[in-house]
Amino acid sequence: MRKCSLDKINLLFAEIAKNAVLYLPVDENDGSAVYKKWEDGTAYSNALNTVRSPKDFFFPQTENLMGFKTLGKTIEVIDTRVEPDDFVIFGVRACDVRSFDILDRVFLSEPVDSFYASRRNHGIIISMACTRPSETCFCKTFGIDPAEPQGDISAWKTETEVFFKSNTAKGENLLTALDGILEDCDNNEVDAQKAKINAVMNRLPLKNLTTDGFGGGKTAEIFDSPKWEELSESCLGCGTCTFVCPTCQCYDIKDFNTGTGVIRFRCWDSCMYSDFTKMAHGNNRNTQKERFRQRFMHKLVYYPENNEEIFSCVGCGRCLSKCPISMNIVKVMKEIGGNKGE
Amino acid sequence: MQKITGDILIEKASALLSSGTVSCVLGWKKGEFGYDVTPAVFSSVEELERDFVYNDFCGANFSKYLVSKTRKLEGKILVFLKPCDTYSFNQLLSEHRFDREKVYAIGIPCEGMVDISKVKATVGEGISSIDTDGDNLLVSTLYDEEPVAVDFKSVLAERCINCKSKKHVAYDELLGEEGDVIENSRFDEVARIEALTPDERFAFWQNELSRCIRCNACRDACPACTCEKCVFDNPASGVENKSPANSFEEKLFHIIRAYHVAGRCTDCGECSRVCPQNIPLHLLNRKFIKDMNEFYGEYQAGEEVGMRAPLVSYTTEDLEPGEALTRRDTDA
Amino acid sequence: MQVNEYKPLIVAFCCNWCSYAGADLAGNNRLNYPADVKIIRVPCSCRVNPMFILRAFQRGADGVIICGCHPGDCHYTSGNYYARRRMTALFSMLDYLGIERERTRLEWVSAAEGAKFAATMNDFVQQVTALGENKRLEDLRCKK
Repeated sequence: MRKCSLDKINLLFAEIAKNAVLYLPVDENDGSAVYKKWEDGTAYSNALNTVRSPKDFFFPQTENLMGFKTLGKTIEVIDTRVEPDDFVIFGVRACDVRSFDILDRVFLSEPVDSFYASRRNHGIIISMACTRPSETCFCKTFGIDPAEPQGDISAWKTETEVFFKSNTAKGENLLTALDGILEDCDNNEVDAQKAKINAVMNRLPLKNLTTDGFGGGKTAEIFDSPKWEELSESCLGCGTCTFVCPTCQCYDIKDFNTGTGVIRFRCWDSCMYSDFTKMAHGNNRNTQKERFRQRFMHKLVYYPENNEEIFSCVGCGRCLSKCPISMNIVKVMKEIGGNKGE
Repeated sequence: MQKITGDILIEKASALLSSGTVSCVLGWKKGEFGYDVTPAVFSSVEELERDFVYNDFCGANFSKYLVSKTRKLEGKILVFLKPCDTYSFNQLLSEHRFDREKVYAIGIPCEGMVDISKVKATVGEGISSIDTDGDNLLVSTLYDEEPVAVDFKSVLAERCINCKSKKHVAYDELLGEEGDVIENSRFDEVARIEALTPDERFAFWQNELSRCIRCNACRDACPACTCEKCVFDNPASGVENKSPANSFEEKLFHIIRAYHVAGRCTDCGECSRVCPQNIPLHLLNRKFIKDMNEFYGEYQAGEEVGMRAPLVSYTTEDLEPGEALTRRDTDA
Repeated sequence: MQVNEYKPLIVAFCCNWCSYAGADLAGNNRLNYPADVKIIRVPCSCRVNPMFILRAFQRGADGVIICGCHPGDCHYTSGNYYARRRMTALFSMLDYLGIERERTRLEWVSAAEGAKFAATMNDFVQQVTALGENKRLEDLRCKK
C-alpha cells in the first residue's frame, strides 16, 4: 500500500502524464462529470461517476476500420489504423472496471478484435473506491465490491489522502515510477475507509436486489412472459440506455462515401433502434417489445449462458438516471425475476 | 384552488373505467425512488390503486403515446393532459395522427414539474424518497439524517420556469380551474445568443452539440416527430448514421431535427428534458418559433386544430432571406 | 500566373423553368461567370430540401445559392413562395449556429435574365472567395 496527500495529487498527475496520456473525470458546468484529458490545472471531479462510461477508451463510439479507393477496375485497400498512444485512466469506479472484463470476453475471444486489443494493451486503469454511492447503485447484485475496486491499480480516497495498491505488473511498474511522490504506508486507513463504504452499501435502496430468475438456461422460462409487453409499453425506442451503458457492446459496420473513396467505419449500435441487425430479408425484431426484450435477455440470460454465469450488467445505475421514461433493468429484474428486492 | 393529487386522479379514472366510458388509462406508474415515474397503461381499478402515481415528476408529454396507443384500441383511452400537453394534442389532431373519438382527455392544472438533475445538484446523490409540504420538496437521502427541504420553485424544469400557458386548449373534462396564456420570457435566451458575434455563436453550439451521443431521445420523445420511418433511421437515405461521427454529423442531425418540426413544434420542451447530455435543444426549436413569429406574425402551434403552419403557407409580400437577417440585426 | 489561388466551390440549385434557362441564356450570350459554380437543375426552387444544402456543404461546397423564378412567376404558381419561407428559416438557423451567412443566398432569376444570372454568380463567387474555405460546416472525411 502506498499513499500521497491530496495536496500533491496534481504533482502525481503531472508525473503520470509525462509518459502517457492521462484521462480523469472532470466536472462539467451542468453538474455532470466527463472523462477528459488531464492538463496542468485540470481538477479531478468528486462526482460519483461520469455520464458516459469509460468503455469509450477501448471501444469508441465511432472508429475507422479501413479505407478504399477505386482506380479503374482495381480497388486499393488503405490501412487507416492508428496505433494508440499509451494512456492511463484515473478514477474508474468498481462497476466500470468490471465492465472491461465483460467487454474483454466479447472482443478478446477468438477471433480477437485487434482494434480493441491494441487499446487494451496501451491502457492502464487506476480504479477508485466509491465514497458516496447513489440510490441508483446496485453493483452488489452482481458481486462487485465498490470498496475493493480492481484494475491495474486500486485507489482509495479519504478527506486528505489517496491510497494506491497495484494489482498487475503494469500497475506495479507505474507505481514504482511514481516513487518520488508516493510513500509506503499500512492498511489501517484504507480498512477504515472500506468499513465506511460498506456501511453505506447496507443502506442503499436496491441493496436486496438479486438476479433470481435470470441466468443461463432461463430463455424458455421467461422469453414469453406477458410482462415484456407491459414493461416495454412506454419505451420510446431511443438509444440512451445502450449508449450510456458500460457493457453494451453491439456495433454496426458502415461505409461512408467521401466522394473520392470509401471509409469503412464501425459505430455503436443499439438494439433499441428499428434498423438494428436489419438484413436483406428485413428485420428480425419488428416491435419495440421484441427490441426491449432483446436488451434485457442479452444482459441477463444470453450473456451469462455463454460466459460462465457472469451477467452483462454491472449495476452502475446510468440507465436508471438517464432513461427519459425511467424504465430500466431494475424494474425488469423485479417484475420478470419476481424478486421484489425488498 | 384544490391541488390535484394522485388520489383525485385515481378516483376519476376508476369511475370512468367502471362506468365503461374508457377501456384503459394512460398514466404514471410508481418508481423506485419517488422521482422515477414511468408512463404506463392501466386497465383495471386494482392496477390503478396499486401503481398509479401523480407527483412533481410527471413531466412526460403523453400526447405522442396516443398515436400508438389508439391504433389497435377498442373503446376509449383516458389521458391526463397538462396545459402544455394539450397543445401537442391539438397539433397531432391537426395532422390526423390519431382518432379523437378514441380519446377521453382530462385536463389537469399544472404548477410546473421538477427537474431531478436540479434537485441532485442541490442535495447530492443518494435520494431515497421525495415528499412535499406544498412549497418545498422534502428530499430524504442516504446521507442526511433529516429530509432536506428544497424550494419547489428553485428546482423547476427550464420549460416550466418559462411556461407559456396554463390554459388547456383541448379536453373533454377539466379538473380544477382553467388558467390563462401567460406572459413569458422564453425567447430571452435565444435573443441573447443572437446578439453574440458569429464566432461566439459558433463556439457555443460547437460545444453544446459536440456532447451529443446520438441516442435519438430528442427525436423519439418529440410529439411533433411522428414519421413512421425517420430519415435518420433509413439506411437508404444516405444520412443514416447511428453515431455522431464528426461535428458535421452533429450539426446536420440537429438542424434537420429542429427544421422538420419547425412550425409544428409547440415548444413543449420534451427534447431538452430527455437529453442525457443536457444539451439545450429547445433553443434550436425556439429559434425557429421566434423567427417565424417575427417574420410571419405570431403563431402558436397547437393553439387550435386545423391551423396552417407558417412554413406551409405564404404571402406574396414575405421578406427575402437576406432582408430577414438584416432586419433582425437592426432590431437587435 | 498566381499559384495557390483560392477557388471556392459553389453549388447553384437552379429551377428548371427560369433560372436554369437564365444560365443557358448567359451561356448563349457568352457572358462570363466563374467555372467554380456547379449548377444543379431542380424542377422548382421549392424542390430544394434543406438537407440538400447541408449535404452540399458536407461534400465540399463553400457556398450554396438557390435560384428560382421571380415571385409571382412560378411555373407551379407558388413554389418559390414556399421556398422563400423555407430558405429564410434555414439561413437564419445557420446564422444562429455561427455559420457565415454570406455562404448562402436566394436569388430570383428569370429565363430572360442571362445578364443577371452572370452578375449574380460573379458577385456570389466574389463574396465567398472573400470568406475563404468553408470550415464551419465541413466534413473532414470528404476533404482530399
